[in-house]
Amino acid sequence: MSSAATRIANQGATRGLSPKAVRRVLNALVYLAVGVLVLSILLPVTWLVISSVSSLNDLTNLPLRWLPQKLDFSRFATLLTAAENTPGETFLFALRNSLLVAGTATVVSLLAAIPAAYSFSRLPGSHHPLLWVALSTYMVPPVAIVLPMYGILASLSLLNTPWALIIVYCSVLTPFSTWLLKTNFDNVPLEVEESALIDGLNRWGVLMRITVPLALPGVTTTAIFAILLAWDEFFYALLFTGTIAAKTLPVAIADFAAGRAADYGLICAGGLLAALPPVIIAFLLQRGLMSGLTGGSVKG
Amino acid sequence: MLAPVLVILALVVAYPMLRTLYLSFTSARLTAFHVTPKWVGLSNYANAVGNTDLQAALARTAYFTVVSVAVEVVLGVLVALLLNQKFRGRAFARALLILPWALPTIVNAIMWRWIYSPEFGSLNALLTQLHLLPAYRSWLGEPGVAMNMVIIADVWKNYPLVAMIALAALQSIPGELFEAAAIDGANSWVRFWRITLPSIFAPLMVAVVLRCIEAFKVFDIIYVMTRGGPVDSTKTATFYVYQEAFTYLRSGSGASYAYLMVLISLVFIGAYITLLRRQERR
Repeated sequence: MSSAATRIANQGATRGLSPKAVRRVLNALVYLAVGVLVLSILLPVTWLVISSVSSLNDLTNLPLRWLPQKLDFSRFATLLTAAENTPGETFLFALRNSLLVAGTATVVSLLAAIPAAYSFSRLPGSHHPLLWVALSTYMVPPVAIVLPMYGILASLSLLNTPWALIIVYCSVLTPFSTWLLKTNFDNVPLEVEESALIDGLNRWGVLMRITVPLALPGVTTTAIFAILLAWDEFFYALLFTGTIAAKTLPVAIADFAAGRAADYGLICAGGLLAALPPVIIAFLLQRGLMSGLTGGSVKG
Repeated sequence: MLAPVLVILALVVAYPMLRTLYLSFTSARLTAFHVTPKWVGLSNYANAVGNTDLQAALARTAYFTVVSVAVEVVLGVLVALLLNQKFRGRAFARALLILPWALPTIVNAIMWRWIYSPEFGSLNALLTQLHLLPAYRSWLGEPGVAMNMVIIADVWKNYPLVAMIALAALQSIPGELFEAAAIDGANSWVRFWRITLPSIFAPLMVAVVLRCIEAFKVFDIIYVMTRGGPVDSTKTATFYVYQEAFTYLRSGSGASYAYLMVLISLVFIGAYITLLRRQERR
């Protein structure tokens, strides 16, 4: 029974309706709305799952029978077997590239962002304008840097290597992590640090031994957001990679989907596998991610 | 301690941005990066201003941004209000909200493209089997419809973020406020406009501006779902710049279009930072 429903029920009562009846109707409306919400989220994803285990016959049968005659896991076997010139090879290489690029870019960005965020958090005033400049670079549209980047990477012979994306992703992940880490460091009480400073630790010692361990949940959340951002990125990946040597999962999946006669079961299976890591992470770390997501905009 | 971040930003953001600015004053070709491009002054910008294709692309981007963000905000607030009620399974419903958010953009795009498929799509199957639709339609193949179908797919993935932010803000409103208002005889309509909305307004505005910044640079979902078609009806600004530079290899004029986009997004970024600073000061 919702509190809003109680209130409305009481108002209904003043207009001569039985409060119990009004309450029951409102309660039913809440459950109806929740049902619509849950279905609207689950149905599309369920269809993705069903499609990935339905045979091509079942998927192209008209009228559509929705549930497959029998489960067909062959697409997953195809995608996870690295035979030459197969979708499996493309997929597994893309998986490796995605892990490599997201992992390396995140580590590099965090190594740079942790001291900077600490500095922004503890020495406000003098650095503040720079913090806002850094934050805005994260939001500048990618078209602002993509054209010269293409030339720079080409002349360094880095196009179509994982390095191209690692370098470019730092342009997004570094300012993003600096901002998120700064808001986390802000919550570490100054008193703890001050006593450590008195005990003879220098600023770096305080950062590494006191602040980072105390803000570890926030640092982990930041790392995960950074990995998810890199995992999701498509624009740079499409333009800077072309073969299995460097293509990441989003590009590989878009390629699968590009052909007119594409097997949609295979595309769905690939999409599902690519979605699995972020979805699992999101559900496992829900609490931390939620406060991270809302923390940037809701203070306190 | 700032040095590493400043070095990274100088190398991978500031320098390329200045270089884009330089390119925008030249007739550079994308693949001719060993040749010094020819200086053409402001002529790229002059051409851009009179370019009706670019204007159309910017107008489509504006439509995509305004409609998708508006729907996301209304839907996000409604869902947040719903999930703030007490009902059985509330924790499950709240947790479910993170699923669309966590789904990679490209996976979301192929999922909806498959649902909309003109030959075997489940949307066509559902609507015809319910007798709501006489025959299968090509949802992404009709110029007037395609953009709205892409917007539905985009909203499905992105409104949960707005809902999560609104829900967090709702939970921080003290309950006494509502009780006092109820005692004063304010009905729920009045309470929503006088208490609920003002209380969640500031974080909601930040979410709105953030979503506008993201929506304005939309590319990936368009690339996978429609490639800018049919008849350019979903060709947005980023897609237009992408084609100018990477299909026609004209990085000079492409850079000038890119800078016009940067100027427009600076307005949003400025708004975002102003809002955040206002919250910081509180």
